[in-house]
Formats: sequence, C-alpha cells, structure tokens
Amino acid sequence: MTERAATTSILNNSEFRRILYQLLIAALLIYLGWSIVENTIANMEARDIRTGFGFLNETAGFSIMMSLVPYEPGNTYGRVFIVGLLNTLLVAGVGVVLATIVGFLVGVMRLSQNWVVSHLANIYVEIFRNVPLLLQILFWYTAVLKPLPGPRQVFERNTEIYFGISNRGITGPEFILLENFSFTTWTILLGILFTIGMHRWSKHRQAATGQQFPVVFVGLGLIIGLPILIFLLSGAPIEFTPAKMGRFNLSGGITIIPEFLAVLLALALYTAAFIAEIVRAGIQAINYGQTEASRALGLRNGTTLKMVIIPQAMRIIIPPLTSQYLNLTKNSALAAAIAYPDLVATFAGTALNQNGQALETLAITMTVYLSLSLLTSAFMNWFNSRVKLVER
Amino acid sequence: MNTLPNPESRAQPVIQIQKMNKWFGQFHVLKEIDLEVVTGERIVICGPSGSGKSTLIRCINRLEEHQEGQIVVDGVELTNDLKHIEHVRREVGMVFQHFNLFPHLTVLENCTLAPIWVRKQPKAEAEATAMKYLERVKIPEQAEKYPGQLSGGQQQRVAIARSLCMQPRIMLFDEPTSALDPEMIKEVLDVMIELADTGMTMLVVTHEMGFARTVANRVIFMDDGQIIEQNKPEEFFNNPQSDRTKLFLSQILQH
Ligand SMILES: Nc1ncnc2c1ncn2[C@@H]1O[C@H](COP(=O)(O)OP(=O)(O)OP(=O)(O)O)[C@@H](O)[C@H]1O
Ligand SMILES: [Mg+2]
Repeated sequence: MTERAATTSILNNSEFRRILYQLLIAALLIYLGWSIVENTIANMEARDIRTGFGFLNETAGFSIMMSLVPYEPGNTYGRVFIVGLLNTLLVAGVGVVLATIVGFLVGVMRLSQNWVVSHLANIYVEIFRNVPLLLQILFWYTAVLKPLPGPRQVFERNTEIYFGISNRGITGPEFILLENFSFTTWTILLGILFTIGMHRWSKHRQAATGQQFPVVFVGLGLIIGLPILIFLLSGAPIEFTPAKMGRFNLSGGITIIPEFLAVLLALALYTAAFIAEIVRAGIQAINYGQTEASRALGLRNGTTLKMVIIPQAMRIIIPPLTSQYLNLTKNSALAAAIAYPDLVATFAGTALNQNGQALETLAITMTVYLSLSLLTSAFMNWFNSRVKLVER
Repeated sequence: MNTLPNPESRAQPVIQIQKMNKWFGQFHVLKEIDLEVVTGERIVICGPSGSGKSTLIRCINRLEEHQEGQIVVDGVELTNDLKHIEHVRREVGMVFQHFNLFPHLTVLENCTLAPIWVRKQPKAEAEATAMKYLERVKIPEQAEKYPGQLSGGQQQRVAIARSLCMQPRIMLFDEPTSALDPEMIKEVLDVMIELADTGMTMLVVTHEMGFARTVANRVIFMDDGQIIEQNKPEEFFNNPQSDRTKLFLSQILQH
C-alpha cells in the first residue's frame, strides 16, 4: 500500500461501502418485517382474533359449484383448500397447453408469405394483447356464454342428452369404463413403450446405416390407430349415461360450467397473443443465412426447420415463454371476478369471509402461487439448459 | 498444380448458362448472361459493388430464381422442379461471406448434418469423412468445439470443410475472405489454393487479385448486371480491353 492510500478514510473504500450499504438495507428490511408482525399480533390480540391453523379442520358449510374431488358443505376448510387448488391447477394447466398451441400457430402464421393469413394473425395479436384480461373474462362470461339459451329452450322435455350447449355450459354424457376397456389401456401403454423403443432403434439405425424410418407416422398408428381398433374389437367397452332433461331441469351427465370456459378461453387466448409475439420474434431472430446455408447444402425445408431453425429459435423463445406461463397461472386468480371456484374465490374468498383467519389463509394461498411459479421456473430452466448454445 | 487437366482439352461443360435474365421486381439485375464452365475450371468473378456477382453465383444453386434463359448444372436444368433443385444442390457447394455456420452444432456436427440427412450416410462414415476434410482445412483438433469458440478464419475453414463433406463437383465462393481480419485471409486462401490443386471446379467472387493471378484459369469482370470482359488472368490484368475494366483495375490495384 502506498502512503496516500493508507491516509484516505476507510469510507472511501468501494468494497467497504458496498458491504455497508447491504448491511443497512438488510437492517431496514428486518426492522420493517418485524414491526409488521409485531403490530399485527398486537392488533389481533387486542381484538381477540384467534390464530393458528386449527380452522382447517372445521366445517366449511357452504357449497362449491365445481369440484374435481367429492365435496359437500359438511366438509372442512382443508377440503375447500384442496378443491380450490385443483380448480386453479385445472384452469391453469389446460390454459397453458391451449395458449401454447394457439400461440405457436398464430406466431408462425404471422410469418406466412400469405398476406391474408399474416394479417389475420396480426389482428388477433393486436386485439387480444391490448384488451385488459379482466374485461376479456367478463366478455366471454357475460356477453358470450351467459346469454346462451337456457336448457329449457335448448333441450326437449324428458329426453336424454348426449351433447348440448346452453347457458349452463357444455353438457355431455357420464361414462363408465367397463372391464374390457383394460385391453385398450394396455394397447395404448404398449404403443407408447414400443414407439419410444422404435425411436431409439431408428436413431441407432440411422447412425449405423444412414437409413431413416418414419417414426412419427408409425408411432401415431401404434398409439392412436391400434388402440381404436382394439377398442372396437373388444366391443367398445364404454358405457355412456346421458344427461336427462326433466320437466324443468337438467340432471346427470357431465357439465363443463360456463365460469370455467370463460376463464379458460380468456386466459388462453390472452396469453396466446403474447406467446405468438415471442414465437415470431424467436424465429425472426434466426439469421436468414442459416436457411440459405441449409439450402445450399441440399437440406429440405422440413429438415432445415427441424435441425437448424427450431433448435435455435427455442433457445430464444423459452425464457420469455416461461414468464408467460407464470403470468397465466397468476392471472387465473382473476377467476374470482365471475365466481369460478378457484383457490382465491373459495379458500381465500368465501372461506376467509366465514372464518376470518386472514393471515393464515393469505399466507397459505401466497405460498401456493409462489411454489407453483418456482416449480414452473425450475422446470423451464432445466429445459432451457438442455437447448442452450455454447457462446464464445 | 499444373498436373490438372487442361480445361480447353477436356471441354466438358458442367455449368451452362444461356441468355439468362433476372429481375428483382422492376430492377434488371442480370442481363443476357452467357457462361460456360468446364470441369476443373477455376473462375474468379470481380466487379464493382452491386454489379450482380453474388446474384449470378446464387442463381447457380438456385438460392435465387432467374426469370429468363437457361441454367444447366451437371446436366440438369434448373426449373421449379424440386427434384432438379435437390440434385443440383447436392452437387454444388457454397461458401458465404459470413460463414453461416450452425451455431448450435459442434464443428463436427456442422460437417455431418447434410451427409446424414441428404446423402443418408451412416453416422460413423459421415464423421470419418468430416474428419478427413477437417484435417485438410487444418483444424481437426477443433472438431468438438462450437463455431462461436473459433476465430473468423477458422470458422470459414470449417464452412469450406462442411461444403466439401457433401463431396460436391462444383464449389461456389461468395467473397469468402472479405469479412476476415487481414491476418486470417491467408489461412483461408491457402485452403482454397489447395482445393484448386485437387482439380475442383470453382467459381470465386473475390477482390483478392493475387489469388486470381495464381489460381484462376479465367477472370470474369461484371458491371451493371452484365459480363463485360473475360480472359486468362495474365491477359486480363496486363491488357484489359474495356474502359470500365481498366477503371476498376486501377481502383482495386491501388492498394
Ligand atoms: N433480394 C434482393 N432484392 C432486391 N434487390 C436485390 C436483392 N439482392 C440484391 N439486390 C440488388 O441487386 C444488385 C446486385 O446485387 P449483388 O449482391 O448481386 O451485387 P454484388 O455484385 O454481389 O455486390 P457486392 O460486391 O456489394 O457484394 C444490387 O443493386 C442489390 O441492391
Ligand atoms: Mg456480393
């Protein structure tokens, strides 16, 4: 150390300053957090509000219009949590799949040489991206699905109904898989296993002899075609119990409620507009020189897409795609606006209003969304690391 | 190098272009092009920027479409027939100014992709061929690296090896050294000179006049979408015929 450096104050040391700032901020945060907790506890004690998670075992007493597991008003708040969580997972899960399909389709359409196709895709993106999501949920629910005619107008009295759409949603038959159906199940499973094996075998054979094998076609035949054949041969072992239209009302069957459809459509179509933009940008970011080099080497367009363009585009697409999946999951909380019984509407809504345990309920609910987000991120990060490029 | 078959004696045209015209929209970019290339010939194409040099050689492997006239490569006429286009692209390799290597594949995978998917070669065979050509361009030790980890000169040599792995009969080069730092130009030119020594038919767009003098059998000068003048290198450089050629040479030979 030189004399000058030794004489300057330690406050001028950049390393020291950085640590000092971090310590100050950490101290501030701890103080804030602690004072909030202390305050809340003091307030709750003053007002005689009970704390703890015991309420999860108490009877809920209200009914829920849609549930993937058996539920009745006599069940506990804990059960309400499960029902709400599953409903959230269902709408978010189906929403992610649907948004991905529509998004990739529209994104590729936007790049089409065909003027009509690319402009249709463009209009789609501009509309769905720029209207607030809450408005879109209300639109599908109040303007499209609810004004549909009621069951009494749609269905004749005393008939069996196999398929129908009314303001009660989509109605279909209940189905029971008979014993013989296991043949079909096994065929599907074997088909999948066989296709995986075939994929490996074909890769090895191509490496060894250069010959290619139409894995996709044969695989589809094995996983879809053959099971259909077996299904028919084993006597179509599914028993359908149709819904019944009585004198006044529908009963039986399976109904997909309009609340679910409205939230699903809104979430999927809204997110798809963003995904379409991500896909378009990802493909456009690939230099045209890549296509030209592939062509000059004699690669066909399909091979170019599969081996050159898509692997590179995916690397660009995946990180923003992840954040769209996270957005969709979090946005599903808006379902509460039309009373779709998701986690927020049931557990953090009706249940909370009854039991009043806001701190615990909100902590649990927030933890759920946080965990869902972290899990999605972790999965997508893992996936991304598999397709990443080695940079210079 | 002079053990090569004399092109004149073995007049077997592998590229025949007759009265070819091409437009980009309204813009007449190539005008009445007539050109015959025989097997083993090494042609250098030069001319001012925008004169249509790139477009001309890109028509030969159908990266660009011509509108009038005829282009026959390796006995196959280039039309909209995809089978014809595929045949020609298998026989014609191309090296680009900006290399256009596939950044997500290793050097070796860059070289084996087309042989595996187009020539349907077994992987082991494709890899053996690839290593042979990587040795010829003097970078076998980089086979497992990715393009982004290589220098420009190394990348361009990989691009040459990648084309050669398809074992083409004709190689097209579009300004292969003009995106390179000066110290890397020589390593690429050396590889091209060695390639010429093997008897490869080559069409090279370049402003490297030293390369033209030593390697080319014929130098073509283009301006304004036309072939203005073509000659053997000595004649071309020492005794240019048209004023435009003289002007161009005086500009380019100044430095
Ligand atoms: N895809 C295209 N669409 C429209 N015009 C084009 C296109 N490609 C090239 N041109 C035009 O055609 C002319 C010839 O282009 P080309 O690239 O063949 O020239 P070049 O002789 O290779 O020039 P350079 O030495 O700059 O590479 C130029 O005026 C260029 O602007
Ligand atoms: Mg050019």
